[in-house]
Parts: sequence; structure tokens; C-alpha cells
Amino acid sequence: MNKIKKTFSIKGMHCASCVLIIEQSLKKVDGVSEANVNLVTEKATVAYDSDKVTDDKLNSAVANAGYKAFIKEELQSEDKERAEKQKELKDLKFRVVISLTLGALVLWGGFPTLMDTSPSILKNFWIQLLLATPVQFWAGWVFYRAAIPALRHRTANMDTLVVIGTTVAYGYSAFVTAFPQVVQRIGTEPMPYFDVATIIIGLILLGRYFEAKAKAGTSEAIKKLIGLQAKTARVVRDNKEIDIPISEVVIGDLIRVRPGEKIPVDGMITEGDSSIDESMITGESMPVDKKNGDTVVGATINKSGSFVFEATKIGQETMLAQIIKLVQEAQGSKAPIQRLADLVSSYFVPIVIMLAIATFVVWYNLGPEPALLYAILNTVAVLIIACPCAMGLATPTAIMVGTGKGAEHGILIKDAESLEIAHKVKTIIFDKTGTLTKGEPSVTDVIAFDNGKENEVLRYAASLEKFSEHPVAMAIVAFAASLGKSSSHPLDKAIREKAETEKTELFAVDKFKANTGKGLEGEIIIVGSPKKFYFGNRALMKDISIDLGAHEIEIEKLENEGKTVMILASDSDLLGAIAVADTVKENARQGIEELKKLGIEPVMITGDNFKTAMAIANKVGITRVLAEVLPDQKEAEVKKIQAENKIVAMVGDGINDAPALAQADVGIAMGTGTDVAIEAADITLINKDLKSVAATIRLSKMTMKTIKLNLFWAFGYNIILIPVAMGALYPSFHILLNPIFASIAMATSSISVVSSSLLLKRFRLNGTQTKSLV
Amino acid sequence: MNETIVTISGIIGIIFVFWFFLMKKEKKEVAVIGSVDIIVEGGYSPEAISIPKNKTTKLNFIRKDSSSCLEEVVLPDFKIRKHLPFNEKVVIEITPKQTGEFKYSCGMNMFHGKIIVTD
Repeated sequence: MNKIKKTFSIKGMHCASCVLIIEQSLKKVDGVSEANVNLVTEKATVAYDSDKVTDDKLNSAVANAGYKAFIKEELQSEDKERAEKQKELKDLKFRVVISLTLGALVLWGGFPTLMDTSPSILKNFWIQLLLATPVQFWAGWVFYRAAIPALRHRTANMDTLVVIGTTVAYGYSAFVTAFPQVVQRIGTEPMPYFDVATIIIGLILLGRYFEAKAKAGTSEAIKKLIGLQAKTARVVRDNKEIDIPISEVVIGDLIRVRPGEKIPVDGMITEGDSSIDESMITGESMPVDKKNGDTVVGATINKSGSFVFEATKIGQETMLAQIIKLVQEAQGSKAPIQRLADLVSSYFVPIVIMLAIATFVVWYNLGPEPALLYAILNTVAVLIIACPCAMGLATPTAIMVGTGKGAEHGILIKDAESLEIAHKVKTIIFDKTGTLTKGEPSVTDVIAFDNGKENEVLRYAASLEKFSEHPVAMAIVAFAASLGKSSSHPLDKAIREKAETEKTELFAVDKFKANTGKGLEGEIIIVGSPKKFYFGNRALMKDISIDLGAHEIEIEKLENEGKTVMILASDSDLLGAIAVADTVKENARQGIEELKKLGIEPVMITGDNFKTAMAIANKVGITRVLAEVLPDQKEAEVKKIQAENKIVAMVGDGINDAPALAQADVGIAMGTGTDVAIEAADITLINKDLKSVAATIRLSKMTMKTIKLNLFWAFGYNIILIPVAMGALYPSFHILLNPIFASIAMATSSISVVSSSLLLKRFRLNGTQTKSLV
Repeated sequence: MNETIVTISGIIGIIFVFWFFLMKKEKKEVAVIGSVDIIVEGGYSPEAISIPKNKTTKLNFIRKDSSSCLEEVVLPDFKIRKHLPFNEKVVIEITPKQTGEFKYSCGMNMFHGKIIVTD
């Protein structure tokens, strides 16, 4: 027996009795042990033996009760969308082929010079009417079907323009065919223009076909991200390994992953080790070694070993789900640059219709003979050339491709506005610990002053530190705990040897107090009486009026090496110092250099004293350093740089420096995609690679360049070609725009905007291209 | 004579287009609590809705219009861009935290709707 639980949606319920009917019907299925239906959420949860019960059986049980179950709902809706899109494209293609074929025949029989070679039957107006009518009202029905309901809302769009333009051309031609003598009487040669109507419809439909195909490419990133999700998980239950759908994995499940398999959900390794390819999430091509206790991320691929992990996050909580949600949200947001296009497009179509009417009047009154024909053709040209779509597509398509491109490389952008502002950034402030450095400091030196004992210094310091959660404190406690043990920690050999002889035991501490940004204090009972101890930086020593005196040189020496020195004092006596150092990240220098090349000033901010800070800054190539900044002052420092009229980005871990990230124009978190970091930041770099900061700026610059080019093209196209279609060049150059050419220009303009956005996909974010599945 | 008729008709036509499209009165918003069906056909009906702040409202978009123009709905203030399959109900849940007027539109920003959030 293989018991599983499944939850799925049910549609069509109205009341509590529906719930009972469905529950009873589901329970009747052989193998179902439990069935609960919730009227409010419209969901059923069923426990059953998967050896006996299939999805089809559940479906028919619900259907027999008179309702509809959506067991594979998500898959269905995605497949459905794709199927619908394909059907639409197929239908569009058919209409294009028919209308262009019929249109070509009409054009052959009706277009001056071409008609000389055509069979006489095609020159017959009635035959032309016969060929043009299905194009106008069958192939072109898509335009009418969209324009008529819009008119009911007193709204006009692209379709309205096409409908008016082609109806005018077709209507006039039909009139000429039926009543040639009437037209002749007003002094105009009775010549129909069916070719104009049919070819315009065919070409615009063709444009729409290509546009729909290209547009599908803009949302590819999301589809690929969704596709990364594993379908099944091999869960260890009752010492047996069973494959179950991913939706049935629960928190706490132990999951076995073999080499080459995809990790189904997020979790922590409990057995075994392996090398894991996380490139699809972080963009980082090098596989990462993971062992017992390390976290693994769903959708990444196990390269070598076999291991078991415990599921800690499932469903919408997994990192992949969070990334998908974030990218979807970014693609749904609006960039400020779009405002102008929004404003223009809301007035655009009515203005074009008014211009078309004015064109008719001017040409009819002032144009050369045959004035009526000139008036009609130029009016149609104005209606057809105008392309509001290009303006509407210019920004969102580029944002969609840009945010998708970022996600491919582990750059998660919260909204379009952040992506837009990032290209204007002039200064980037880096938090030191955990951003420029690895954030895993270790003890390098323990010094006892005035013939004191080093292990005593360590013992007092570690006793105070065990209450603190600061990374430096944790390093000291870890160091103290490792003394006397055979530790694999890379410690100084001499200290370890010494530690082996002296086991460090920690004291009980009373009246513990942490002075933010300065250090710690507390009372330790020494020989029956409490003694106050202080452990912290120079600022703390200054507060308690302790002069470093002759030890200043020793401390400075350590600081010049980039080490953070914490001083231990008791009442008014200096006891010793402990130096802690953090390693600079491998890519830090390169990342900073890349930013400098982009003309951006890097700044480092830290709570460390100036000397330590400068030593680290020199290593990474930063010259401007904001040192001795208390955590709550970081926000104010960001403000100060903003006051220099600079657009400022702040890079931090997203947890300790949330206010500074929020204050910056762009807050960039170097996180692992935790909720807190994502919430605090405008942009999250899940790969923690400092080169990604420059990549983000480059992505922003490139996306904005594309948007500006798109908008310039979309606006420029309309601003230049609408007057040309109206006949602005006729008085000087005798140039007029044939409505058929107008339709070609119109169709290519929106395709070119979408294609230009798609070109962003080819843009290389890093000098060295990272491998990515997205 | 013909010229005069054409000119006058043209002027009337331009005034009509201006009045018809650009002077349309905004429809009174429909007060919604909990859930509302919004029909997508040549625009959004109801075009304007008012919903309460801090409460989750379900907007059930049903696209009856086969035009590809309306196949996406974008609610930028809520960071939502959703594909609307033809003739199918798509439920978008929003929980506004601020009062005010929030516009939404189709993917190409040609058709508009409005959500008014009240206390």
C-alpha cells in the first residue's frame, strides 16, 4: 500500500450540501481513506492508496457528483495557454495566406502597370469585389471584432484605425463597382481600390503574426524558470524509497538524490555529500561542494555523489518559487520612463482619426484632380500608418527581457523602477563584512599585556562574547570552544599546542550589556567578588577612560594588517587584545575594478576603525572609506552622499543594513535569496559575486538604451510618417504615401520594437559568459 | 458648394470624434466587497470599482474579446501582469495597503480600468 495525500480545486460548488455530496462520492472510490472538501477555498484534500487510485478515478468521482475537479490544474492552465496561443497563430497564418493570395490577385488585376499583364477576368470590378469581400469581412473580421466592443466603451485602438481605413477603401470601391455612373458624374474616373483594402489587411495580419511570435520570446525566461522545477521526488518513507509528485512532498520528508538528478525542493543534507551545479539559480558555472548539514536548493542538479536531505521548504516557499514570483512581479511593474508613452497613447488614436478627417477635407478642397481619390487614399494612408502598438510595446517588452536576463545570472530585480534607476548610479557604497569580505572572520592573534596569560585573555573575552551574535563574537567563541580539542580549524600551530594543555572553560557572566558598535561589558565573579570586564574597540575604551598607552603600537600594527582588534579591559586595567581577520572575497578586486571602468565611485562603509578599514580597502582597490560608522549611522552616511547630488546604490547583506539599503536610491542585497533580504532590497544578487554588481549596472544601462531606442523609434516613426501620409511632402516634392506601403511600415514598426527588445537576450552581462539553463 | 459641405462635415466629424473619445464621462465606480467579475470585452466592465483597504478582493477577469490586444492585464501598482485566456475566469487577488486611485490596463496600455481603494 502506498498512501498519499492530494489537494486539488473543485469548481461548481454552491453550498454545504455540495461539500457532502462530493465527499461521499470521493470516499466511495476504492482506495480512498479520507476526503475533505472545503467550500470556501473550493479545494478537496483526499488521502488514498496510489496503487489503487488514479487521477482519472478521482476526476470521474467528482464529475459523477456533478462537479469538476482540476487535479493537474497548473499544468493544464500552462498547457492550455500554449495550446491557445498555437491555435491563434495557426488561425492567423491561415487568414494571412488567404488574404494575401486573394489580395495579390486583386492587385494584379487592379494596380496600374501590373494590370497590363493580368487576365481580363481579374480586371472585372465585380470579380475584384468577389475576391475582396472574404478578405474584408472574414480575414479582417478580427479587426471588426475588436473595434466594435471598444467603440461601445468609447475607446479606440489600433483595430479601430484599421477598420476605418480599410472600410473606407472597400466601401468606396464597392460603390464604384455598383454605381460607376454616379462617380463619373462628379468628374472622377470610376476606379475601385480593392487592392488597397485587401493587401492592407493581409500585411497587417502578417505583421501581427510575427509580432505574436516575437512577443512569446519576451516571456521565455519565466517559462524556463517554471520548467526548471523537478516533477517528482524520491522520498524515503518507512525505509522504502518511493517516487512521488513534487506537490506531495511535505516538510521533514527525507529525499534521496542520485548523481545526475535534479534536487526537487529546498532542504538540508543529512547523509552523504556531493558536488552540485547551482548555475540555473545563481548563474555561477562552478559546481559547489556540499556535505552533511549544508543547504541545497530545489531545481539545482546533483553532479556526483548520492545523498539524502531533509525537505525544509516546499511549494511557494522554495527559492525557485520565490525567484519566479519576483521576476513575475518585476515584469508586472511599470518603469517611470513609460509615463510619457502612456500619456501619448491614451490620446493617440482619437487624434489620428481627427487628423485623417482633416486630411480628407484639405485634399478634397485644395488637392489636385481627381481630388476625391487623393482625399480618400491619403486619409486611408494616415489611418493605416499610425502605430500606437509600437509605443505600447517599447518599454514593457524590454523590461521583460531585461528582468528575465537578470534572473538567468542570479540578479533578481524587484521592479522596473529599480532597473531604470540603476543605470544612473554614480556611487556605490559597499558594506565591508559579508559583502567585500567573506563574513567568516577567524581569530588570528591573542595578546596578553603586561605579562598576563593569553588563555586568560581568551577565556574572559569568550565568556563575554558567548552572549553576542555578532560575527566577530561568534569567531571568538568558536575559537575558544575549539581549544583543547583536535580541531580542523586552520589555527596558528603555537596557539593550538598551547590550547591542548589548557582547556578553556567559560565563566558565568552577570549584568551583560552590548554597546552597539563598540563592544561588550559584563561582570565575572573572580575569587568570590564580581569584577567588571570590558571587551571592545577603542571607542569603548575611551568611554571607560582607559588609555592604550604603550600598547598602542602593537594594536596599530595588527590594524594595519587589516585585522579587527578587540581590547580586553577590567575596571581600569588593560588585559590584552584579540585580533580577528576576515578574508576578502576572491572576486572583490575585479568587481570593484569593473565598476570603476563604468565610471562609478566605489565607497566602503564599516564599523571598523580607519586603519583596519583602509587595509581592506587597499586590498580591493577602494579609496574612499567611511570608517567607524555605527550600524544605525549607515543610513545617515548614505544620505550624506546623496546630498552630493549623486544617485547612490548601497550593497549589503540585506539583513543588518536594511535601513541603509532602503535609504539608497538602489538597495542591492548580496543574499542567498532569503525573504528578509529580498524584501529589503531593490535588487538581490543570489550568487554573492561582487562582479554581479557591475553586471547589474551594465544590464540596467543596456535595458535603458534599448527602451530609449524603442521609444525614439516608436515616437519618431509616428511623428515623421503621419505628416508624410497626410501629404506634407507633396507641395515640395510631389511625394505621397501609398496606403499599401503605409501598411508595410506599420507592420514592421511594432515587429522592430519587439525584435530590438529581444536583442537584449544576446547581450553578455559578464566578460566571461556564465553557463545558464535559463 | 461641395467643398463647403465637405468642410462643414469634416469639422463636425472632428468635433464628434473629440467629444466621443476624449470627453467621455467617467463611469461611476461599482462598490465591491470580496469579489467581482470583470468582463473584458472592448474594455473592462465594470470599468471602475471601489474596494476596501487592507481587505483581500478577488478580481475575476473573464475575457470575452478575442482580440490579442486584451490578452494581458497589467496592474502596475500591484506588480501584476497576467495572461487572460479567452473565455476563462482568471482570479487576481489583491490586498491594497493604501487608499487612492490605481489604474490598470491591457498589455499595450490601450484599454484602461480603475481601482479606487477606500478606507
